[in-house]
Amino acid sequence: MCRLAMKTASVPFSPFSVISAMEAMKEGYDGSGLGLLLRGVSFADYKYQTGDPILSGIAHTDAALHRLNAFMEAKGYTLKYDHEFNVQPSLIEATDRHKYLVRVYRLPESFKELSQRQIDERLMLTRLALRADGEKHGGDLTAFSFWPNVAMIKEVGWPLEIGQALGLDDHRITSRVCMAQGRQNTNYGINLYACHPFFIQGIGTMTNGENTAFVPIREYLTGMHYPGYIGYQSDSEVFAHILHYVTRRLELPLQAYKHVITPLKTDELANHPQGAFLKGLRDVCRRMIIDGPNCVMGSLPDETTIMVMDTKKMRPATIGGKPGEWALASEICGVDAMIPERDKSLDFQPMRENTVIVPPSRQEYTIWSQFDQFPLPQAA
Amino acid sequence: MVSIRSISSTPSSLTYHDLPWIVAHREDRCTLCGRCTSVCPTEAIYLAYRRQRMPKLDILQKKRGSEYRTFVGIRQRTDLDHRCIGCGMCSMVCPNEAIGPQVNPNDERARFHSYQKGDAWKRGGRRNDRASLLDQISFNRISMLTDPALDAGRHEFHMNTLLGRVLPPEEYIRRQAKGEWIPPVREIFPFIIGSMSFGALSPNMWLGLLQGVAYCNEVLGIPVVMCTGEGGCPPWVLKSPFLKYIVLQIASGYFGWDEIIRAIPEMQCDPAAIEIKYGQGAKPGDGGLLMWFKVSKLIARLRGVPEGVDLPSPPVHQTLYSIEESVMKMIQTMSMAWNFRVPVYPKISGSTSAKSVLNNLVRNPYASALLIDGIDGGTGAAYNISMDATGHPIASNVRDCYLDLVAQGKQNEIPIFAAGGIGKNGNPVQNGMALIMLGASGVHMGKYIMQSAAGCLGSEKNRCNVCNLGICPKGITSQNPKLYRRLDPDQVAQRVVDVFLGLRTEIKKVMAPLGRSQSLPIGMSDALGISDKDVADRLQIKYIC
Ligand code: SF4
Ligand code: SF4
Repeated sequence: MCRLAMKTASVPFSPFSVISAMEAMKEGYDGSGLGLLLRGVSFADYKYQTGDPILSGIAHTDAALHRLNAFMEAKGYTLKYDHEFNVQPSLIEATDRHKYLVRVYRLPESFKELSQRQIDERLMLTRLALRADGEKHGGDLTAFSFWPNVAMIKEVGWPLEIGQALGLDDHRITSRVCMAQGRQNTNYGINLYACHPFFIQGIGTMTNGENTAFVPIREYLTGMHYPGYIGYQSDSEVFAHILHYVTRRLELPLQAYKHVITPLKTDELANHPQGAFLKGLRDVCRRMIIDGPNCVMGSLPDETTIMVMDTKKMRPATIGGKPGEWALASEICGVDAMIPERDKSLDFQPMRENTVIVPPSRQEYTIWSQFDQFPLPQAA
Repeated sequence: MVSIRSISSTPSSLTYHDLPWIVAHREDRCTLCGRCTSVCPTEAIYLAYRRQRMPKLDILQKKRGSEYRTFVGIRQRTDLDHRCIGCGMCSMVCPNEAIGPQVNPNDERARFHSYQKGDAWKRGGRRNDRASLLDQISFNRISMLTDPALDAGRHEFHMNTLLGRVLPPEEYIRRQAKGEWIPPVREIFPFIIGSMSFGALSPNMWLGLLQGVAYCNEVLGIPVVMCTGEGGCPPWVLKSPFLKYIVLQIASGYFGWDEIIRAIPEMQCDPAAIEIKYGQGAKPGDGGLLMWFKVSKLIARLRGVPEGVDLPSPPVHQTLYSIEESVMKMIQTMSMAWNFRVPVYPKISGSTSAKSVLNNLVRNPYASALLIDGIDGGTGAAYNISMDATGHPIASNVRDCYLDLVAQGKQNEIPIFAAGGIGKNGNPVQNGMALIMLGASGVHMGKYIMQSAAGCLGSEKNRCNVCNLGICPKGITSQNPKLYRRLDPDQVAQRVVDVFLGLRTEIKKVMAPLGRSQSLPIGMSDALGISDKDVADRLQIKYIC
């Protein structure tokens, strides 16, 4: 079973502290990879300006790097900062890692006339174009994310070693939110895109578990013919896309996510204050009902973080911490490693009907139950 | 030239060796009680005097000779109208196991004489083909990677399906906000009792089914629905609270719809749905057929016709110009009759052209579903040629239609229901779940319900299958009170309940190992495998060996 760790804090911290939590949770798990999503990024060597898109990925060859540069230039993006990792290649299993990319760009001048939604669309299409270009050239270019405030790293190997190999322990890159997932080797060596967290337009999720409804959900999302709904090297990628669909395309509140992926039963909805609306929502979104067990952790562009449990997850994840910093992990020892000094009696393990939401203020977390009133005026 | 009359052999003369079933009678056990002859639906057997030679050898007189004795024995008639149909009722009533039908292992010469009196052979029942592709599909994607596997006995399983037009999520939210019409959707059990008309079925059978369905819904919480077939619905049902478990069918004869329309103001609840029949898997291109034997006084009243006349429905809905126009107008009219509160969907026979009907429905905002009935479907009465050789197998038909919807991203909007041969060899859940994983939202079963709930004697080896003649030996498909009183509605209801409880358990036993419990695994084709490469490729499922 994969291990999940996520920390969110008002003061930026090094991802290495989260990687240490992965180490604490290593028992019973054959760490075969690491995926990191950093949000609210700051660099020791560069004053990052919020709003500039950051490209994360790997150029596996020099040729790929050149193509990337030419492409971005042609699109009008200007390179502002190129983060150099202190790489120790000997610690990395793979040999084709020419350059790890975390690069800050400036938006093209022409974007000034575009609405925010249009810009968001362009950023996604740029990432997809880079991904497609890499795939066309034998996979020599991997693009994980291209979005303001977000940096991503994915690599095969033992999480702690990867952290050391990329010099993350030098704390030159920090963030206010860090999501980390240790990949179980079911996908080992197949494809870096199969590695959690998954990202689309500012939304990132990671999961542990198995999604047995994957194929019908993939078919449904693919059938929407939305450019970003591609990939699906992992059965968990659909969780990110569903969260994207629910919050960005249906423009429903975050709480709706739980109602879409694991809706209540008919008799439960009959007693719900907005049962009629939610029953309809369940029907129209029926093809996105996941079948776990799964624990989904996610973060959103405004730095809200969430944790949702499948109705039949037997081994719940835990949230713990204190005002200003919260840790969420699949195992309680992961929370201990991230925030040892905390009132443990305030720890919480969400069960079948719960969504845990840590708002950007990070003063407290809210436990929202599916049986509660649903925050949508029109549905009342 | 004058033919020789002394040998009584006409072109259609048959002996019992030429018939599909041969009656084996053991004279040594027979007590001449006569039960078999009185129960035989075709009067295939009769008591007859026979003479038996008793060889006699007188040793002292060195003389041979014979004596004869006369006895009463059972004889089998050999004309086609009185052929043995293998129903086995004779052995069922025989107190001494003295009689029973046996399959004729020889050639059946009788087939060559099926054209009689200027007509071709008709029968009821099934296709008489034991082969079932659905029986070969197995469920192979066993979930064992993560948390404890599911326990069919302990976990909660969501296995209901939706019948009704489902909006795209964006449109649903828009309409909710504006307070606009949201199409009606029913949450039902995915195994549906398929259309069998009041007319085809006896009153006792119908009552038994309805009682069983009501019990499933009201006591067990299994939302089973059943479809009336063409021919309306008894008035007391129309005005009862049980109507909500009933899908009313309208077909090209419009039989029974006077009663239904007139009853609308008095209905306590809406019907589950309206099914518009355009075609039937067992006899594509043919309308319904209720042969005159079955048009009793009650049926005549319900259907608004004289007693004792053949009731053939036209093959197409009259007065309408094309299926597109027909589907559009009828769906709209029917929706309007219940003020857009009842799902309305067409039923068509399996066909390579099913996709075009489907795409038509996709564009019709009132169309609620599509039911496709495959070649293995059953019927109350049809020509042999229609049943045996006309139609399309259900599996690839459903799969093609589903994948077509997937390509358009519409698979959640128009549910596809499948029928035709589900449970034909007694494996309804294997067959039904395979179709569901190929993309169906649910399945309709008729013959299986008759066999399992009422003890229908028919089989794919051409046993019985005289449902068209009104002589059903079990009283399932007869309007003759002498026959249908053999069937106790309470016992049928009990069996319906047993069957649906069993189906529910087996569905769990399929879903649990696949790691599915949150929703019916519609389209979960990654779970399916078959050891036939060509079929696997055609259906886009796994080839296993
Ligand atoms: S099997 Fe049926 S049809 Fe044949 S003789 Fe017996 S009762 Fe008559
Ligand atoms: S038992 Fe009745 S319903 Fe069954 S095949 Fe015979 S005639 Fe038809």
